Amino acid sequence: MTWLPTLIKACYFVAALLFILGLKRMSSPRTARGGIVWAGYGMLVAVLATFFLPDMHHLPLLAAAVLIGVTAAWWSGKRVAMTAMPQMVALYNGMGGGAAAAIGAVELIGYVRTLGLLHPAGVPDTSPLQPESWAVNAASRIPQGLALLSPVELSLGVLGALIGAVSFSGSVIAFAKLQGWLDKRFVFPGQRGVNLLLLAGAVVVGLLLASGHTSLPLIVGFFALALLFGLMMTLPIGGADMPVVISLYNAFTGLAVAFEGFVLGNEAMIIAGMVVGAAGTLLTQLMAKAMNRSIGNVLFGSFGASGGEAKAIEGAQKPVDASDAAVMMAYAERVVIVPGYGLAVAQAQHKVWEFAQLLIKRGVKVKFAIHPVAGRMPGHMNVLLAEAGVPYDLIADMDDINPEFAATDVALVIGANDVVNPMAKTDPASPIYGMPILDVINAKQVIVIKRGKGTGFAGIENALFYADNTRMLYGDGQAAVGELVNEVKAVDG
Amino acid sequence: MIDGFLALYIFMLAAFTGYEIIARVPVILHTPLMSGSNFVHGIVLVGAMIALGHAQTPFEMTIGFIGVLLGAGNAAGGYVVTERMLEMFKSSKPDAGKGAK
Repeated sequence: MTWLPTLIKACYFVAALLFILGLKRMSSPRTARGGIVWAGYGMLVAVLATFFLPDMHHLPLLAAAVLIGVTAAWWSGKRVAMTAMPQMVALYNGMGGGAAAAIGAVELIGYVRTLGLLHPAGVPDTSPLQPESWAVNAASRIPQGLALLSPVELSLGVLGALIGAVSFSGSVIAFAKLQGWLDKRFVFPGQRGVNLLLLAGAVVVGLLLASGHTSLPLIVGFFALALLFGLMMTLPIGGADMPVVISLYNAFTGLAVAFEGFVLGNEAMIIAGMVVGAAGTLLTQLMAKAMNRSIGNVLFGSFGASGGEAKAIEGAQKPVDASDAAVMMAYAERVVIVPGYGLAVAQAQHKVWEFAQLLIKRGVKVKFAIHPVAGRMPGHMNVLLAEAGVPYDLIADMDDINPEFAATDVALVIGANDVVNPMAKTDPASPIYGMPILDVINAKQVIVIKRGKGTGFAGIENALFYADNTRMLYGDGQAAVGELVNEVKAVDG
Repeated sequence: MIDGFLALYIFMLAAFTGYEIIARVPVILHTPLMSGSNFVHGIVLVGAMIALGHAQTPFEMTIGFIGVLLGAGNAAGGYVVTERMLEMFKSSKPDAGKGAK
């Protein structure tokens, strides 16, 4: 059976290839659907091959665990609503981080057990000053696992476990926040110091572990500190910043997987993990940039705390009722609809498309303007509009649509706030100063559908709402657009 | 196992690959791609299976078992969610409504 290990290696190679090709296909709208299927076959091949690895024990238990995990996740993934996708990604990502941490834990515990077998007397000679002894250990590695990990393997294993554990507990908190289970930001004085202390503690214990000073209590303490750090790091971050955080944890999990892959000597894990680590890091940067915030600011800044000196806004919000708003748009030439997260929450995307179709039938030129961070993740709003059946050519990016606002008769803002706030350009004291925005205020008329008069998610006043050309249509997104639909139909008689 | 420098080369090349894949992607695909990359690191399932397969004490087996459960969840959940998102990109029929399933 000498061909079997080679065949398994080949399977892992094919899997890695399919992952990369799949991701490549996913990066173009036309081939995207095929991409995930390719990657899926890669996963299938890799998992099946793993069952045939030599020296694998507990196969029934293995099969049971795989079956239970797959069934539960498949079922929950099929049932969840499209608007809840971001938190599901967070949840599944956290599971991956947890799995990576579990691999690290098993390796570390195995290390302690092996140490005990090799050095029954107790204190092992694990001085890093004696590389020869490590080389001997590595050379005498036997399949039963009665050999020690090399210092590099041990260090990367510990590092992967640390990152994985942080990603796990952090992602769970991100999931809970987006799901609405944790509404309050958890902030207390000296929080940064406490978090720093937790991280430092985890790193110190991790260094001890990596230098071979291993014991079971130390391992337990290490994971407790790492998990607690992930928890505490994520708790103070506001919901609006969650997409950046989820993306960051996605990259984290990728790195953790790559490191644990190195410990296990599994090339497929190294390649897949590293590809995701790099792609996730870049994606995180893109997202943070679109919100004009550095990643450090998201993680450690306290949003809005320093914005006390922002200019007070003079004037009043001017309300409008649905029938006036409908008439304005029905007789307009160009209408731009600006959907925000509020639209997604109200599940109003289908209603909005119905409304847009009515306008189009009347000869109005309708476009949808999408801010890079509209929704909860970059591109989330595009997915939601696509779900409702809005064709691509009606959807415009920020850079394309901004010059067109001056020639727009009515801009209809639904559930968006910060991304259309002109104070990002005019008021240096505003917390969102410098963030690229949609220049909705340049339109001849602006209609804003909004729940109430309060400030938005980030608690920042919006000068757009007080502008002379802005009219406020108060109400739930779904209900308000429904009224607009009825009123436009009434216009037609 | 894998030679140290060989691993370093793999790390480096894989990192560039990941960077290049995302660098030229239109914004509309960022969320599906994040979900897709989330699925790809579900390969951690393979590692968790190896860890459980080589576990020798009940304690190790328990942790390995949890690891496999979580890894399987990552892989399967990541696949379903990504597939459902990309389903929307099939064709833009105006009255397709809810295209799921």
